[in-house]
Amino acid sequence: MFDELQEPGCVLPKSPGVGFKHVHFNEILNDCGRVAWLEIHAENYMSEGGRNIAQLKKLRQHFPISCHGVGLSIGGTNPLDKTHLRRLKTLVDWLVPASFSEHLAWSSHDGQYYNDLLPVPYTRAALDRVCDHIDEVQEFLGRSLLLENPSTYLVFEESEMSEIEFISQISKRTGCGLLLDVNNVFVSATNHETDPYSYINEFPLALVGEIHLGGHAEDTDDEGATLLIDNHGAEIVEPVWALFEHTIKLSGALPTLIEWDNDVPEWKTLAAEAQRAHTAMEKFAAFA
Amino acid sequence: MTVCHRDFASALLDSRKPVPAGLTFRSEKANKRFAVYRNNVAVSLTDALQSLFPVVRKLVGDEFFKAMAGVYLRRHPPASPLLAEFGIHMPAFLGGFEPVARLPYLPDVAKLEILIRESFHSKDSVPISNAYLASLEPAELLRARLGIAPSARLLRSRYPAFGIWHANAAGGSQPKNRPENVLVARREFDPKPWHLPGGAYEFIDSLAKGSCISEAADQAAAMQSEFRLDQALAILLKSGAAIEIKSQFD
Amino acid sequence: MNDHIKSIAVASAVAAALAVGTGPAMASGEKEKCFGVSLAGENDCAAGPGTTCAGTSTVDYQGNAWTLVPAGTCESMELPDDRMGSLTELDRDLPST
Repeated sequence: MFDELQEPGCVLPKSPGVGFKHVHFNEILNDCGRVAWLEIHAENYMSEGGRNIAQLKKLRQHFPISCHGVGLSIGGTNPLDKTHLRRLKTLVDWLVPASFSEHLAWSSHDGQYYNDLLPVPYTRAALDRVCDHIDEVQEFLGRSLLLENPSTYLVFEESEMSEIEFISQISKRTGCGLLLDVNNVFVSATNHETDPYSYINEFPLALVGEIHLGGHAEDTDDEGATLLIDNHGAEIVEPVWALFEHTIKLSGALPTLIEWDNDVPEWKTLAAEAQRAHTAMEKFAAFA
Repeated sequence: MTVCHRDFASALLDSRKPVPAGLTFRSEKANKRFAVYRNNVAVSLTDALQSLFPVVRKLVGDEFFKAMAGVYLRRHPPASPLLAEFGIHMPAFLGGFEPVARLPYLPDVAKLEILIRESFHSKDSVPISNAYLASLEPAELLRARLGIAPSARLLRSRYPAFGIWHANAAGGSQPKNRPENVLVARREFDPKPWHLPGGAYEFIDSLAKGSCISEAADQAAAMQSEFRLDQALAILLKSGAAIEIKSQFD
Repeated sequence: MNDHIKSIAVASAVAAALAVGTGPAMASGEKEKCFGVSLAGENDCAAGPGTTCAGTSTVDYQGNAWTLVPAGTCESMELPDDRMGSLTELDRDLPST
């Protein structure tokens, strides 16, 4: 079905990457600027052929690829979708991405897919379930994954531990790495009126294999409090850049993705965000 | 209070249902916070339907399509995490959706848009070599068997499905009021619909089932007296729908 | 159809097809000329557009609650068939609710 691919880039470089959008295909190949790797959403490359696959084959020859799943529903209460898992394995087996990551969230229930990253309570029962699912995914794919911290808007009364404790336990039990979305940290901290810097300070940074940066939207809740929404539809705001700089002072440089999914900008705008991430890593990550 | 995913999921799609108990923020009033999820689901799936059915959308108008998408996504939420597979029930849905009853051609237009999408994502193949075809003697050509590309799709319509699609997607002229069968195929990566003249549908269908050109032509002519082999074959070759040839003399 | 007629038709169709160039397959984005299919139904991991209103608007399709009528290019598709003609003419086809 697929051509043999050349020797893959086996790790993501500790440099900026961007989420690949079809409209940028030619520009990326002509002048990628500081962009050293690309991230794709696994679900868009599960077809048997066509342009998406052809473009990915071409990009794969020039860039290490991070394969980011959005549909496994790892936090779901149903068993994992075996059909989807097989599709994912087919993709991962031919692409041999430098990294595979997924979300601490659920998106499917009883055979229906909701196309959103829905929240998971931080309970011992949920921890067992998520760990079982991650074990299953890692075993099936024959590789470890990076798990991403979510943007959240609500609190589960039933939660028994903090998000960091929950995520740390998952990594400890399954051996998975972590994907630290700094924008999600900022969004959740603002929404829950907590300190994003404390979150970063407590986060197990040694387990982080990739950072995400992205834009969000601002709204207000029922009581007029600020409500930030993770929409990946705008430039990264200054407080998120500051939180990123704080993070890499502690962690050192890491593969850092600029995510922009809605209202996709011109390539030069995206490349400028990557340049800024590069400059920040040079300036702040040198002595970590 | 344990929040069960079934309650969460049904409240996502039905805003008359309360926010599931056990989800809070400071006070019990978490409506706008839960609305973020409700909104994400409805808006992202509506966006997906808009991108999947651009011609249906154009025909009924933005406002109408958006409202109809809201009904559709609640009645037929995606069954798979692949959004490229979302919307497959749209033709049947449109056929039974009373506010569009006066547009009986809409289901076929939606079907055509689904076939275009299927073609886009289907397995690649190499169109048959024209040079090779040209090297065959007429008698060999008649006995040749053409493969049909995995990206080729056929649609039979009682309405001018092609003309309506073409007028809206590609700036074509006003459709003529007639039944139109359609072939969707791609040479490279961009699927293109072709209007099939009389008998061409039957001809391609017969080739796909393994008939040689001569047999397929006879079958098509038997079913549609206006069948013209040169026209049908020209579309098949130009569209990229014809792949490897197997001559009886191989 | 006799074999002679078929032979002529096949030869002319092949000749016509030969006149159409067929380039090598390209993955290029700039060849993306056709109707944006590649952008249809893409998955991504972002939330919606960052507002909280659209998901809560009750989309009520209970007979009388639905007041919208199709108002796109369907109005200009002049198909002189009873069932496909002007909107006013066709109101008689609709079941009365």
